[in-house]
Amino acid sequence: MNDIAKPNSYRTGPDERGHFGIFGGRYVAETLMPLILELDAAYTAAKADPAFQAELAALGATYTGRPSPLYLAERLTAHLGGAKIYLKREELNHTGSHKVNNCLGQILLAKRMGKTRIIAETGAGQHGVASATVCARFGYPCEVYMGKLDTERQKPNVFRMNLLGAKVHPVTAGNGTLKDAMNEALRDWVTNVENTYYMIGTAAGPHPYPAMVRDFQSVIGIETREQILAVEGRLPDVVVAAVGGGSNAIGIFHPFLDDPSVEIVGVEAGGHGLDVYNGHAASLNGGRPGVLHGNRTYLLQDDDGQILEGHSISAGLDYPGIGPEHSWLKESGRARYVPATDTDALEAFKLLTQIEGIIPALESAHAIAEAIRLAPTRGKDEIIVVNLSGRGDKDVFTVGKILGFDL
Amino acid sequence: MRPVTRIDARLAKLKAEGRAALVTFVTAGDPNYDTSLEILKALPGAGADIIEFGMPFSDPMAEGPPIQAATLRALGNGQTMAKTLEMVRAFRAGDNETPIVLMGYYNPIYIYGVERFLTDAKTAGVDGLIVVDLPPEEDEELCVPALAHGVSFIRLATPTSDDKRLPALIRNTSGFIYYVSVLGVTGVKSAAATDVAEAVERIHRHSDLPVMVGFGVKTGDQAKAIAAKAEGVVVGSALVNAVRDSLEDGKPTGRTVSAVTDLVRELAAGVRAARA
Repeated sequence: MNDIAKPNSYRTGPDERGHFGIFGGRYVAETLMPLILELDAAYTAAKADPAFQAELAALGATYTGRPSPLYLAERLTAHLGGAKIYLKREELNHTGSHKVNNCLGQILLAKRMGKTRIIAETGAGQHGVASATVCARFGYPCEVYMGKLDTERQKPNVFRMNLLGAKVHPVTAGNGTLKDAMNEALRDWVTNVENTYYMIGTAAGPHPYPAMVRDFQSVIGIETREQILAVEGRLPDVVVAAVGGGSNAIGIFHPFLDDPSVEIVGVEAGGHGLDVYNGHAASLNGGRPGVLHGNRTYLLQDDDGQILEGHSISAGLDYPGIGPEHSWLKESGRARYVPATDTDALEAFKLLTQIEGIIPALESAHAIAEAIRLAPTRGKDEIIVVNLSGRGDKDVFTVGKILGFDL
Repeated sequence: MRPVTRIDARLAKLKAEGRAALVTFVTAGDPNYDTSLEILKALPGAGADIIEFGMPFSDPMAEGPPIQAATLRALGNGQTMAKTLEMVRAFRAGDNETPIVLMGYYNPIYIYGVERFLTDAKTAGVDGLIVVDLPPEEDEELCVPALAHGVSFIRLATPTSDDKRLPALIRNTSGFIYYVSVLGVTGVKSAAATDVAEAVERIHRHSDLPVMVGFGVKTGDQAKAIAAKAEGVVVGSALVNAVRDSLEDGKPTGRTVSAVTDLVRELAAGVRAARA
């Protein structure tokens, strides 16, 4: 890989053109470019505006239920016999995942920009539900693009979005999964550029989205840092999070990036295994840099630069790319990224449910799987924090099917 | 450091003749390699003045259903970047005058390798590039290297390109400017001729480069109306739809090539009638 000089801080990126090292940027059609620049200016102003930040914090406290607890998983820790495991309980947020943190920030920004219509893409439906929720709360029409295949495997979330007043467009273009939904959302945006705000659900896309979504999600890491210091009097040894697009991960990682004693571990969807062609969604471990959806980042692709679909048991992780900041954290060596297979995730899903009474989202189960692997190899005086980014209610049908229950 | 290519020669000649250009887009490898090459070779004879040749990409974010479908047909039949360049070489063996502009998205070029791509494209006889997801903010990626290789980099201007934005757009552009006349994806909506006239005038306040107008042009009459207001007309989705409509069970038929050339003849007649 490229030689990257060690920076003084890992928290200063991106540069003003949206680059994290060679990653990031603004690779979009010209029609969107003036709007992207307008969004950048609007976000820069909002970020510096105490009234905006205060409104967001108040909504976080009273609407989302922040701060989310940091929970010591005692029985899981005892079962594994190694490092202490804490869970950052983002699954307790309103709407059941970390996604609402970002949506509240973006809806306030859309309001500030005078936009009158919201569009979003969704994979598992968590971001779609969070988008539909904040649109209901603020009285905006909301249209969600979702791959046809995903609307079938996540039916309860489609109904939830409908109840919230959103219109869900099943996307049949391409192969009908998350990347195709994102293409379709971009096509809507380029057509309705004047009145429409595109609420991207992860820390990817053209600048300023990766930085903006990270900022809105950093509340996770900021709270975790305060909470662990209060209860343990020191920082954790390891912070673990699942990465698809990577927004929950960058949210918990970012506030720890300049603490060299804290190991940062992202867990990718290993699917059927990294050795199975197009059988996983591990962009960092099984892909290479390319340009898609507005940014340069690691992508699953073939030798001719055509994008692969990828596979994961979790609809929220089978995206062929990853947020550009993760690509940079990997190349700079500050974070390491490991895969967890479908089977690993399923075992973790069952174990956490049975031993702690917490049903994790299949996405988050990938992070739990890595903690299960890691904890026994570390001393009992060490601390691992896992971002439990979403709850698993939405996945019980998928898991039931695999385990042979007729639901 | 603007490259001079077949595009400039062709547009100068048309200007002298007092007529607008017909720019035709087809997707390379649609519906398969052999038929696509036949279509490519038949375009100039049917009246195409400039050829835009689409490099298929799995995720064509700015395309509507017709070109998305053409892309899938081509990729499904094994089209690659190497094959697209090979087709240009084969075309050049019989035609050294009709300009060819490769159009597509950045990732397949990035993966092929920028230097290797520009060298191979120039050698094959490519005159210009249109890369949808490379705005001027990312000129260092491909635009600046392309100019150094003597390949024109043609920019899309859109209804959102205001007077503040146009100078940045035009700075490294050569050959022509492609005006995307509507907000949206290819092959869906079409613009009113009066709006087009106003936009072309606005662009000309910033640049002397010829302006080709596209998006949503399907018939000879529409082509005629646009050709009266601009230096050229671009037609794409209607041509790939002609390919689609000629297929049986997804396979080319005896009508496939003529379905395209018949429509090109109609469009060419429209363009030629515009200023007669």
